[in-house]
Amino acid sequence: MSDMLSVALPKGRLGEHVYDLFEAAGFPCPSIKNPGRRLIFENEEAGVRYFWVKPSDVTVYVERGAADIGVAGRDILLEYEPDVYELCDLGIGKCRMAVAAPRDFRDDPRRTLRVATKFRHVAETFYAARGREIDIIHLNGSIEIAPIVGLSDVIVDIVETGTTLKENNLEVIETVFPISARLIANKSSHKFKNEAISRLAREIAGGRT
Amino acid sequence: MTENFSFTNDERIIFTLRALYAKYGYQPYRMRKFEEYDLYSRNKDFLVSEGVIAFTDADGRLMALKPDVTLSIIKNTRDTSPDVSKLCYDENVYRAPKGSSGYREQMQVGLEQIGGVDLCGVSEVLWLAAESLASLSDDFVLDVSHLGLASAALSPLPAGDGIRAALLKCVADKNLHGIAELARDNPLPPGMEEHLTALVEASGKPAEALTKIRALASDLGVPGAAEELATVLSVFSGTPFADAIRIDTSVTGDMNYYNDIVFRGFLREVSAPVLSGGQYDMLMRRMNRGDRAVGFAVYLDRLERLDETRPGADADVLLLYPEGTAPADVHRAVSALIAEGKTVYAAAHGAGRLSFRSTADLIDGEVIYRV
Repeated sequence: MSDMLSVALPKGRLGEHVYDLFEAAGFPCPSIKNPGRRLIFENEEAGVRYFWVKPSDVTVYVERGAADIGVAGRDILLEYEPDVYELCDLGIGKCRMAVAAPRDFRDDPRRTLRVATKFRHVAETFYAARGREIDIIHLNGSIEIAPIVGLSDVIVDIVETGTTLKENNLEVIETVFPISARLIANKSSHKFKNEAISRLAREIAGGRT
Repeated sequence: MTENFSFTNDERIIFTLRALYAKYGYQPYRMRKFEEYDLYSRNKDFLVSEGVIAFTDADGRLMALKPDVTLSIIKNTRDTSPDVSKLCYDENVYRAPKGSSGYREQMQVGLEQIGGVDLCGVSEVLWLAAESLASLSDDFVLDVSHLGLASAALSPLPAGDGIRAALLKCVADKNLHGIAELARDNPLPPGMEEHLTALVEASGKPAEALTKIRALASDLGVPGAAEELATVLSVFSGTPFADAIRIDTSVTGDMNYYNDIVFRGFLREVSAPVLSGGQYDMLMRRMNRGDRAVGFAVYLDRLERLDETRPGADADVLLLYPEGTAPADVHRAVSALIAEGKTVYAAAHGAGRLSFRSTADLIDGEVIYRV
């Protein structure tokens, strides 16, 4: 394990926002602002290395120690349940996990509920807590289509503004949980790079209050 | 002489740890590969992974390839308290790791004290956990906690309550905002949020953390928990291990099985805990035993990449002999090289991608080294 702090950032707008928070917390890496096709950026002086990864992969990099820390949405943490420390709620990337259905949907408890989702574990846990029997239909994208074409009764998915649902004649019938971005840390890195990780978490938490 | 042919990484670790535990009088414990499936189905939550490889034995009994060592040891030992049985083992277990689509055979080395275990015994186990980690790496951390604190903080909520489990997970994840969220969305008993927050924040080097732990334990009405923690950790003060010991309250465990002192070991080179242990008197009760127990396991599968140094050579000498050479001539030449203390790989043509310190030809019974 090198002494440099490795940070897995989720690609996209959220990751860029997160980088700004990290920079303000004393971990700058100016080269990240001119990325080109590069995915890894280092600032030896500040002792930090950033890399862009697919948002759903951040937890994998952190749990396995390729990154010491990272930023992941609560949706990903609850779906994959990685063995990591969850140090701080960054209060950004806010949205919610919700159950949505066609506007005229009425649940018939005599039938197994067909649920289309990318979040199998989340959906199973949610309905198991209510004792509702479900049939999970695992999809990788365009979940909104499933109830329209008769593939499922409802969907469990991330809802930001609700515009996509509206345009597809769907509506939220229940919120499963609110989502925001969380600072996570590898458990071993937290022991051996405790000072840097704690300082960063403190600065970020302080910056939010 | 090339050492790579002598021991694998696993074997080296097993021998080192076995020798260490023998110094403290731990007796090697051997067990069968199979146990009755019922043993594991009754204690499913104690197992690290959910899956168990089950099969029907010749006599019709449902058996399982053991996914855990501790349960077998408890089942197969008698209550000898107030005496203590000190046992150590190196055994394969069969588990489906999280996220894996199949089972794996994983080697575990560990030890257990079963019987009239006292605080001296718990301290000895903690010391041996530290010594085990020190034998694996120069840079290790042993996190220690006392489950009595979390148990007291959560006691107003009934066991099996979903919020209680969620709060304990927040403690394990150092998730202070999660505790605050749960407190906001659910009516928690008075003081619980503050106690759990204080618990998460009471981690650090023992000297500093113990002050916070004592205050919290007193508030929770379990001052004995703090004193037990202080007592077992006192064996480290003034020793070379002192700097590697931390109180970390994120070390938790299923309270149906574990109680009191729990601990976890980390190495700088490995991204996941490599050692885990604690007192499991509650498991003993569940198995209708009145005696006490403490132990730990070292996960060898996580140590696979500990030694990343590439072997210098696979053998000292590649001895090439012409096709048709008499076996007795080859044997004589190989034996002579071994007698010189060298390792030898004899072949007619070559050895694929293996590497050697030197290459020699066997010509008319004589070993001629290539320059």
